[in-house]
Amino acid sequence: MISGLTLSERQAAIAILILGTMIGIVMAAAAAMRADAMEIHGYIVALYSLGLLAVVLRGYFAPEPDDTRLASYYDDPSKAGIILSMAWAVFGMFMGVWVALLLAFPDMTFDTAWASFGRMRPVHTTGVIFGFGGNALIATSYHVMQRTSRARMPGQFSPWFVLLGYNLFCILAVSGYFMGITQSKEYAEPEWYADIWLVVVWVTYLVLYLRTLARRKEPHIYVANWYYLAFILVVAILHIVNNLAVPVSFAGAKSYSAFSGVQDAMTQWWYGHNAVAFFLTAGFLGMMYYYLPKRAGRPIYSYRMSIIGFWGITFFYMWAGSHHLHYTALPQWVQTLGMTFSLMLLIPSWIAAANALLTLNGAWDKVRDDATLRFMMMAAVFYGLSTFEGSFMAIRPVNSLSHYTDWTIGHVHSGALGWVAMITFGSIYALVPWLWKRERMHSPALVEVHFWLALAGTLIYVFAMWNSGVLQGLMWRTYNDSGTLTYSFLDTVVAMHPYYIARAIGGLFFLTGAVVGSYNIWMTIRQPAPTVAPPGDEPVLAHLEPAE
Amino acid sequence: MFGIHYRLERKSITLVLAIMVVASIGGLIEIAPLFTIDETVETDPNMRVYTPLELAGRNIYIREGCYACHSQMIRTLQDDVDRYGHYSLAVESKYDHPMLWGSKRTGPDLARVGGKYSDAWQVAHLTNPRSVVPQSVMPKYRWLNTTELQTTYLGEHLKAQRDVGVPYTDAMIANAPADAVAQASPDGDTQGLVKRYGPATQVRLFDGDKRTVSEMDALVAYLQVLGKLSKAAQAPEPAGK
Repeated sequence: MISGLTLSERQAAIAILILGTMIGIVMAAAAAMRADAMEIHGYIVALYSLGLLAVVLRGYFAPEPDDTRLASYYDDPSKAGIILSMAWAVFGMFMGVWVALLLAFPDMTFDTAWASFGRMRPVHTTGVIFGFGGNALIATSYHVMQRTSRARMPGQFSPWFVLLGYNLFCILAVSGYFMGITQSKEYAEPEWYADIWLVVVWVTYLVLYLRTLARRKEPHIYVANWYYLAFILVVAILHIVNNLAVPVSFAGAKSYSAFSGVQDAMTQWWYGHNAVAFFLTAGFLGMMYYYLPKRAGRPIYSYRMSIIGFWGITFFYMWAGSHHLHYTALPQWVQTLGMTFSLMLLIPSWIAAANALLTLNGAWDKVRDDATLRFMMMAAVFYGLSTFEGSFMAIRPVNSLSHYTDWTIGHVHSGALGWVAMITFGSIYALVPWLWKRERMHSPALVEVHFWLALAGTLIYVFAMWNSGVLQGLMWRTYNDSGTLTYSFLDTVVAMHPYYIARAIGGLFFLTGAVVGSYNIWMTIRQPAPTVAPPGDEPVLAHLEPAE
Repeated sequence: MFGIHYRLERKSITLVLAIMVVASIGGLIEIAPLFTIDETVETDPNMRVYTPLELAGRNIYIREGCYACHSQMIRTLQDDVDRYGHYSLAVESKYDHPMLWGSKRTGPDLARVGGKYSDAWQVAHLTNPRSVVPQSVMPKYRWLNTTELQTTYLGEHLKAQRDVGVPYTDAMIANAPADAVAQASPDGDTQGLVKRYGPATQVRLFDGDKRTVSEMDALVAYLQVLGKLSKAAQAPEPAGK
């Protein structure tokens, strides 16, 4: 890891890590005076910096990399990103199964504050979305941007800064929820200092991406990069606007949102829905547009469909957030706009899904035989299904039934398990042998096992939540002959119990698959490297220009 | 059209700018007018602000993630109104930084739960939900009763609230810690509190325990004021509007 850095990069790393340690100590000291929970976060920042500082110092006197490195791509951060991504996957999905069980067996909290559903639910969502998904996006984007640009990243330091800085953000977020540090904004729960840190990391990420693109040997920027760029840019805009807040004190965690009431609700769901759009969709479409055609050995079916799909998604999605606020105190004109654009959004979504599936024409025999490609195919299918479901649920009368129920949870997981996780697993299974220069995965049979566990888990989960959601929605609105409500709220809670157990079982299937996948990846890495690099990944180029 | 794109995708900065422009339009058109169109939020000159104790309770509600299972937004649907009361108005969360409208009802809506149950019921329910509602799946919050409320910095909290637009006065900010204690100590001096926050302020031993002001006091005080800061939902519709 350190042997890949030049001497000046090692020095820069040391300087930044010393600064990080100092900031951590100041945070801890300031918060300790107020007995504020931010104190723990100060220690975490300091220890994280110190730990990395030890790693850098241990490798400090290793010989510098020679210039032959400049004729190859820089893949060490991608490798680390994949391992981190799988670790977060297992952690985040484990927390998911736990919170699912809490709803069926509410006394599993051991009378402690940290183990209650309200604190652990964001641990699950952040763990899987930002930990698992985010690391996978960073790792694959580094790989894809270098290959499609036929250029090495400029320097070795900033990719590590982005990856490890991002993981610090995730750790601050998740540890904060356990302690009750939260802004309460869904998918934007971390407090002000973590938010500011993410902005620093994110701007570095954008600059790194643009500098790599600036070095490209290809005149055209490939479609996967459009999506990764949109992911980076729009997430930055959403994150900054939605997190505008005034801290109570710089020595404490608590802050108050700049917005209130209806404006806050609209801003939050503009953010929330487009976190789905640009974090969980655009970024992963970038992944799909590279790894699916590569693995299938087929070119993308249609250039024009790529263009229409991309700009349609970028434009329409940003209007759709208000469909989370149907029949609320949000003015009706905004609700109607949100519903209208949600329906139109189906067109570019299905164009993107169709473009992926039609790319497989001529390669369907590979889909049958290769579980890795089948993961990607199934992801495209679930992408199509869940975007259809999303547009359907955005219709006001449909939403009157589905909103506030488990149907929404089922819909989210059809997208998160079926689309996001499956395209990620498929891409990682394609990527691991390429990056570690292995012939193939340790066990193709275990990839097959993972595929069926993931598919079965997703289907059990989604069917359980459809049943529970529709049932609860219908019970809430059932009137008896005398014109009063038939069911008390509690009747509907009791009716959910079997579905909550079924959901936990589906989640357990999916978690088991992730554990199997992690084992398989670990064993692949541990295999002895072959003497001749196997084909598959983009060949190394002879004329890469030296980094500045 | 595709010819234009063929050239656009060769220029990274132009592509970046195009993405930012295209992605910004929706938000600008849907969000910006909410700040400028007066009809978006009804006016209520008699709207109250949260007392320091209620605000502290609200922060506990946020800290424990109650919003993950309870909404505070009654929709304009017949069954919502029959179950929870008058549909929520925008003005009622005008001072809610952040709003807690929620997105999931694993438990019932709480927008108008204030006054619906006694303090004793709320305390028993929070301490062990299954002692009063056997089939409930809510976690127990036993430690709220035994944890003393941190009141030292409530003035700073009110000041930050004022910075984002809630009309707290200098007197409210200066007396915030004392007012928090006073609201949960009916035998003490509560005149100043009532003068600052109005005669409708609920002054009670919320957790039934005289010894300390606990986090339970704060959370119950907050729950008991939900839906009561504004009377706009009770007012008859003005004619001709």
